[in-house]
Amino acid sequence: MTPASTPALQLDRVRKSFRRETGESVLALDDISFSLRRGGLAAVVGPDGAGKTTLIRLLAGLVRTDGGIVDVLGIDAAVDPQAIQSRISYMPQQFGLYEDLTVRENLDLYADMHGITVDERRRQYARLMSMTGLDPFQRRLAGQLSGGMKQKLGLACTLVRSPELLLLDEPTVGVDPLSRRELWEIIRQLIKEGLTVLLSSSDPDEAETCDSVLVLSGGKKLMLASPAEISRLALGRTFVATPPDGMRLRDLEARLLADPRVIDAVPESGQVRLVTREGCVVAGRPAPERFEDGFVVLLHRAGGDSEAGPRTLTQQEPPIRDSAGETVIEVHDLVRRFGKFVAVNGASFVVKRGEIFGLLGPNGAGKTTTFRMLCGLLPASAGTLKIAGVDVRRARASARQHLGYVAQKFSLYGQLTVGENLAFFARAYGLDANQTRARIAWALQQFQLEPYLRLPSAQLPGGFKQRLAMAAALMHRPEILFLDEPTSGADPFARRAFWQRITTLANGGVTVIVTTHFMAEAEYCDRALILDDGKVLAQGTPAQLRALAPVQPGRTATMEDAFIAIVEGSRSDSARKSAPSAAA
Amino acid sequence: MGNWQAKWRRIWALTRKESRQVLRDPSSVAIGIVFPLMMILLFGYGISLDVTRVTVAVVDNDASSDSAALVGAFRLSPNFVVRTTRSMSEATGLMLDRQVDGILQIPSDFDRRRHADGADVQIIVNGSDANQARIMQAYAAGPVAAWSAADPSVASSGAVMVVDRLWFNEADDSHYFLVPGLIVLVMTIIGAFLTAMVVAREWERGTLEALFVTPMRPGEFLVSKFIPYFALGMIGFALCFLAGKFLFHVPLRGSMLLLCLASIVYLVVALGIGLLVSTLVKSQFLASQLAMLLTFLPAMMLSGFIYDLRSMPVVIRGITYALPARYAVTLLQTLYLAGDVDGVIWLNTGVLALMAALLILATRLATRKRLA
Repeated sequence: MTPASTPALQLDRVRKSFRRETGESVLALDDISFSLRRGGLAAVVGPDGAGKTTLIRLLAGLVRTDGGIVDVLGIDAAVDPQAIQSRISYMPQQFGLYEDLTVRENLDLYADMHGITVDERRRQYARLMSMTGLDPFQRRLAGQLSGGMKQKLGLACTLVRSPELLLLDEPTVGVDPLSRRELWEIIRQLIKEGLTVLLSSSDPDEAETCDSVLVLSGGKKLMLASPAEISRLALGRTFVATPPDGMRLRDLEARLLADPRVIDAVPESGQVRLVTREGCVVAGRPAPERFEDGFVVLLHRAGGDSEAGPRTLTQQEPPIRDSAGETVIEVHDLVRRFGKFVAVNGASFVVKRGEIFGLLGPNGAGKTTTFRMLCGLLPASAGTLKIAGVDVRRARASARQHLGYVAQKFSLYGQLTVGENLAFFARAYGLDANQTRARIAWALQQFQLEPYLRLPSAQLPGGFKQRLAMAAALMHRPEILFLDEPTSGADPFARRAFWQRITTLANGGVTVIVTTHFMAEAEYCDRALILDDGKVLAQGTPAQLRALAPVQPGRTATMEDAFIAIVEGSRSDSARKSAPSAAA
Repeated sequence: MGNWQAKWRRIWALTRKESRQVLRDPSSVAIGIVFPLMMILLFGYGISLDVTRVTVAVVDNDASSDSAALVGAFRLSPNFVVRTTRSMSEATGLMLDRQVDGILQIPSDFDRRRHADGADVQIIVNGSDANQARIMQAYAAGPVAAWSAADPSVASSGAVMVVDRLWFNEADDSHYFLVPGLIVLVMTIIGAFLTAMVVAREWERGTLEALFVTPMRPGEFLVSKFIPYFALGMIGFALCFLAGKFLFHVPLRGSMLLLCLASIVYLVVALGIGLLVSTLVKSQFLASQLAMLLTFLPAMMLSGFIYDLRSMPVVIRGITYALPARYAVTLLQTLYLAGDVDGVIWLNTGVLALMAALLILATRLATRKRLA
């Protein structure tokens, strides 16, 4: 119908603002103009609140602009959104699967919506099933799939017909590295078939592999270019530094970040990768620039990295107990069964005071179950579990006195202000009036929450909600802090700021146990453990884990390489072992 | 027309999806089937507005043959169980312990005064349940009248015998008017409450956002929500109707056809309210609260189901004219108890049909494939 020469997207001076519940107006998109040709993979990247989701919803005809023209596949979105919706496919961030329908029923619903004929359906299903690996689960209820599988089913539902344009809003948030890799393979396959794909992401590593990247920040377009062009912005400004003997990687990173000439520093494969201001040489040897480096430079230029804001390290607390090296968590042969299903199968590990300990594993590996047992939220089926010398299986309440817990979802009282939430948690932990006052003052200063003291916590910006959750969990000065996927869905700046705070806490003697999907973040840990199918597959320092990865051509192996190799190795082993019995 | 075919296929697919969800979701089944059954049993056996076997403590201070005859009249009445006490303080004690519902006190000069200028007996009724108290007061007049009628000396001086007759509900059985009300209540819950919840759930879980970016039209979505809950509502109606007929033996004076028609029209109104509410508020919690306030509570209290509309203050009575449940209860009670009274039926059905049309129009206009 439309000639292939017309661009896939064409936006002209598009504006969109929203009214918050508090009445203030937020400009989500500010004077955005760009055009995107057909074919290929484009990414929209930017920090939290950049306007990525709003842009994608606008393109899907779900939101109306306040001004400007949105043209999708040659159709004006203001005039005929239905015509667009009939020709594109769209996967929202939280794909709305019907959890009480099976995999097959969900697919059928979307096939019927798009009027796919029976013949076409047979062909498409076969292709989608082999792409997503969902074939054996066709009769399973969508609600019983793991996070990664749900995401793949969501993608399959949007692909039951061949759209002219595919919009994906943060398709890999909360998805483990294995599933993430599989999702990316599917997306690349589609590109090869000639589809135009536009996806949003807060992970710069994902943008690196796209054909073109639109960088948004605070509703403004910073740049639309190829990843290579954006990388070049950091030309001559990227270095890698190796920590001297006896210095921890994260301490070197913290020291570098404190330097005003450094705009970014991240640990990577045992070294710290840093981006400096133009013309500054701080430490290390030059390294080739990457997309993320250029992205950071771009945002820094625009003044967009507010999360990384004041660089001065927050003051350290006096150590809780000066006895580093003492064992605080001791887990031996921990087992948790749910009926016949064994969620955790004989996990053993030891964590020492002041350590940052990572729990890594794919979706459904047993991380959260292990976590809940450690926190005394879930009784163990067998094994020993000691926290600060207290047997958690015997004395849960007294073990809890020693620990703080930050859940994956925001679980504070949204209607209470920041100050009220902190006061409540202080009282709930049994602090007296003086202690409460002192701890609140400490928390406001430590987490820079002072300006938000009287704001209801539901209205806090994303990154600050997490700060508040951490502050609340630290009111009683616990020796151990548990964090469940604290950085899932956060942009790189928020993630860096988060790890800076964690480093400070650990240096003050707090033991930190953390789960994450970002394998690169394991580099911040002193030691980490890889879990799959309820079993501990490997544990050790980041360097020891990395050593388990196969040699990568042309680069040093990353934590992600190691993780994928370890998990896949274990899975093919168990497949081989169970194969004879399955055949019998 | 290929267009229409595609449209109907989408409606069919959405309806099938919705029906599967209803069948798999225990809470839908609970509201659709278990709730009507519970209401039937509760209203049928638990709450009966008839007052029977009221226990009365008798304090006979006179102890004459006359007073004994009066107490006998109470004993004979099917409404009363008599408990003889020796003193007023004992009777008061029983009342406080809730062992008796009322006290009949006969003064010591009863016999003497009766033959002179007329005597008084005192009846004290436990007023904590005002409704029951008033009924008891009326009942107590019965034995007294029966007793005085039986006594020739009083009859000759011109006592009037009162003959009561209850119209429409000859058996004086509250099930007669509870069953029609129950049908309205059950359809309100299924139509408005359940529907409001399920649409809000789709907003909350984000299932609509993905569905919007398909060729689906808003009207098709509404129709697919309508059909399964309409069926569920009719099941609720059938359960109430059958219970009324076979458990409580409530006669249906009007025609079955009109009863079905009236119920269908009201169910459409209830579904319309449910869909409109959930289109306007997109959270399950708010939707359920609103549906409760707008439909369930008024259907319970302001529809004439339990409380008589005529005994309400004028302002409240005025409000009831805006409530669909009021017309439905009037309509169904008329059909059950009085029969096909054309004027009443067509007026009320007409009002309900108008409401249904307006609600559906408003819902259709308010449903947009747009997020903000």
